Amino acid sequence: MSRPELQAPPEIFYNEEEARKYTRNSRIMEIQSELSHRALELLALPEDGVPRLLLDIGCGSGLSGDTLSESGHQWIGLDISRSMLDVALENEVEGDLLIGDMGQGLGLRSGVIDGAISISAVQWLCNADKSSHIPRLRLKAFFGSLYRCLARGARAAFQVYPENLDQRELILSSAMRAGFAGGVVVDYPNSSKKRKEYLVLTCGPPSISTSTPNGKGEDGESSSDDDSEDEDNQTVSISDRHRPKKKQKITKKGKGREWIIKKKEQMRKKGNVVPPDTKYTARKRKARF
Amino acid sequence: MRLLTHNMLSSNIKGVTNGFPLRIEIEKVVEKQVDFNADFLRNMFPKIEWKALVGAARTLGYVELPEEVEPSRLDSEDFLRKFHHALLELHLEEGALVCPETGRRFPVSKGIPNMLLHEDEV
Repeated sequence: MSRPELQAPPEIFYNEEEARKYTRNSRIMEIQSELSHRALELLALPEDGVPRLLLDIGCGSGLSGDTLSESGHQWIGLDISRSMLDVALENEVEGDLLIGDMGQGLGLRSGVIDGAISISAVQWLCNADKSSHIPRLRLKAFFGSLYRCLARGARAAFQVYPENLDQRELILSSAMRAGFAGGVVVDYPNSSKKRKEYLVLTCGPPSISTSTPNGKGEDGESSSDDDSEDEDNQTVSISDRHRPKKKQKITKKGKGREWIIKKKEQMRKKGNVVPPDTKYTARKRKARF
Repeated sequence: MRLLTHNMLSSNIKGVTNGFPLRIEIEKVVEKQVDFNADFLRNMFPKIEWKALVGAARTLGYVELPEEVEPSRLDSEDFLRKFHHALLELHLEEGALVCPETGRRFPVSKGIPNMLLHEDEV
């Protein structure tokens, strides 16, 4: 699927027809709610049952806001597309909605918001849709105003789809320059489909409590080690026209337990559901079976 | 738009030093029932600009809120109910928000304020 960012500015791309998809397409809805659940989890709000005031940037039709409402929080949603907000009105979302451009900065008082989430929106800032748009300045205005309106110690979790390495670098450095601590959390880094990036930012100076959480399906550097090992073990084959024809290998043993465990680990890293490794894994059936 | 949001919003126009509170112009006000949660109110109270809330509630025709308030009032159920009503149940459905310094109008339609700035205001 082509990237919507490359097709038209957000206020034009998300027209009525596109907005309608967000109420009809169950797949979009499922992914959106999954992403917002994870973003809310990354916010790491204290679990004392007290509802907080949260901000949803690029709230669109309010799918992510519904997740916040389910958890009992109050929220304010901001979006640039009127059509998307109209859909949100039809869905009777519980939060308040604003039409606004995040690149113009958030017009909110300082220190009042307890947390901010944003699903697939921040990468739009990297585009210059009008001649007056300068991505670097728009990112600066956005992160600067976000830093001001968040309470000290509050977090922001933004799910982003950066187009390339440069965009990620640009977004991250703008956030750091605004004073945020934090970094990028990558869920399922080994899967091309399920891979999701979250920008987790904390308002205030860096400390142990502000360190970025681990991504899902991320497992140290074991995977990269395996790769290099394999490369070392490869032998150079010299072609010989007179070599005897290859005999078909017939091994009674099969691939073996080690191989199966390795494959299962690979699937796990991709985020697939894989049964646990037990004593039964790769055990041979009895002959009478 | 609830008064909770009004209490957080300030004018974002370039050069404006004090864009809070935005004046309210009313065409239509609606009331919607919201579940009462005392913990949320206690948590929000220190962040609320009380004078702005009282002013906004009066503009919308709700005069029950006291002019001055001490944090000790938060223990009174009666007070919390009034606070809850003003903060979460009064909605500005149609009208406008006006920047106190420049007089710029931000129209509110179907409860959604349009806070988009013109290019020369950024």
